[in-house]
Amino acid sequence: MNTSTTLPLRDPDARKRALWAIVALLLLWPLLHIAQFRPAELFDARNLKVMGGFVGQFFPPEVSTEFLQLILKATIETLAMATAGTALAMLLAAPLGLALSYSLSISRIGPGPGRGLGEALRALARFMLLLLRGIPEIVWALLLVRAFGLGPAAGVLAIAVTYGGMLGKVYSEILESGDTRPARALLESGSGRLMAFFYGLLPGAAQELASYTVYRWECAVRASVIMGFVGAGGLGQLMDQSMKMLNGGEVSTILVMFLALVLLADAISAAIRRLLA
Amino acid sequence: MSVAAVSLAERQRALGFCVYCWLGMAALIAVVWGSFAYLAIDPSRLFTAESRGYMLDFVRRFFPPDLSADFLQKIGKGALETLAISAVGTLLAAMAGMVLALPASGRFGAAVRVLTRFLLNFLRSVPELVWAALMVLAAGLGPFAGTLALALHTAGVLGRLFAESLENAPPEPAVALAESGAPAGLAFVYGTLPLITPQLVAYSLYRWEMNIRMATVLGFVGAGGLGQMLYYELSLLHEAQASTVIIAMLLLVVLVDAISAWVRRRQIRAGG
Repeated sequence: MNTSTTLPLRDPDARKRALWAIVALLLLWPLLHIAQFRPAELFDARNLKVMGGFVGQFFPPEVSTEFLQLILKATIETLAMATAGTALAMLLAAPLGLALSYSLSISRIGPGPGRGLGEALRALARFMLLLLRGIPEIVWALLLVRAFGLGPAAGVLAIAVTYGGMLGKVYSEILESGDTRPARALLESGSGRLMAFFYGLLPGAAQELASYTVYRWECAVRASVIMGFVGAGGLGQLMDQSMKMLNGGEVSTILVMFLALVLLADAISAAIRRLLA
Repeated sequence: MSVAAVSLAERQRALGFCVYCWLGMAALIAVVWGSFAYLAIDPSRLFTAESRGYMLDFVRRFFPPDLSADFLQKIGKGALETLAISAVGTLLAAMAGMVLALPASGRFGAAVRVLTRFLLNFLRSVPELVWAALMVLAAGLGPFAGTLALALHTAGVLGRLFAESLENAPPEPAVALAESGAPAGLAFVYGTLPLITPQLVAYSLYRWEMNIRMATVLGFVGAGGLGQMLYYELSLLHEAQASTVIIAMLLLVVLVDAISAWVRRRQIRAGG
């Protein structure tokens, strides 16, 4: 037992900590500069006046029947966009996911003829999926609004494209991660790939596939909510308009609806996934 | 499971007619069909020759992308701005999240806990893009608004995660320090913080990765970065430039994905 009273009362790690802190600050400085980090701007008289007036209008929220009807319509539109978009995404993802999945590759069992062609096709499909999901959905929406005009059609297609890419990748992974032996046995005894999928893979993977799709639908609802900021319909478009007119009362009502919608989507998706489990 | 283990009843159930499955399928089809009907979208119209020609024409305008040195330099600046927005935003969020996590983990009483949890939930449920639109009003156009928007939303997310880490951290070291006379602050810093630091860092890095992706699009409402460039070039109908910005976004996202996958694989191999 140490009886001396000269126990060092300093942090043994102090030097290392100080060094890291200095390195971090040196790295942070240019970042702050690039991000134009100027908190003073928040208290700029002009900005304060705009924001203050705007937020001041948040209470009371706008609750006239006419506006509520408008919001209800936009909310249903948002839900419909997410649902239609996810349905199209599934149509896009199912064939791509099947094509990608190694557990349905006949040439891989062999290695038989056509291995090279198969691999090339797979690489192409993989690249396509990467392209589809790598570009954020709202960028797709911005582009598609230019092709299809303002309105929900662009939003639906944007979700279909991005989520098609995501679902395709995850579908193929789910099909590879489960028990692939039944499918392989079927393939080896001469069945076609589609039949091997339906009888060998789908029964084991159906629940996980469906569950993930429902989860993506929930994400699609969140995405559709903001899609409107680039003109692709739904609640976001309403919000964008109210914000541009600095109508605080309307914005606060829409915000409440936003939150309610996201919670609702959460609850629906959780309930369906519990049923599936 | 061997075949013999499947009971007769189970076989009959598997082969029988599943009412709920068919009802579920019917409901699903009705909902999807209803959605298309409500939006007045006819998917088959997308595949007519006319719309195909129109789409091809639209796509063609984006090629070739503008790869002049001048514009690439601008892109580099935009990408750097996007990275800076995400990094500073995440850092601010981690700091605010920590400050809010302390009361949210119940250290200052149950009433304060409920109140802070509500605040965190609110911060988290408003999407980043909506925060950005609001912050553009509060701080003016530019990357600072985007930084604040990311910080606000992420503070909600991280605050909740941090609070959970705090609640799950074993209390013994901090209690031992406090009982041997350390003030509460120091007991926390030396007794609790070191236990959860790896978790806090992991959460923050994960959110940073998500925020890089988000920062690329916040510019659509005027909050800086690559998104603002894309919005600007598209509104001037400069498709060639816009396509370069999109390629840059794609590269950024794919790169971040690859790096994070690589780091995660290394961690798994290191047994972490």
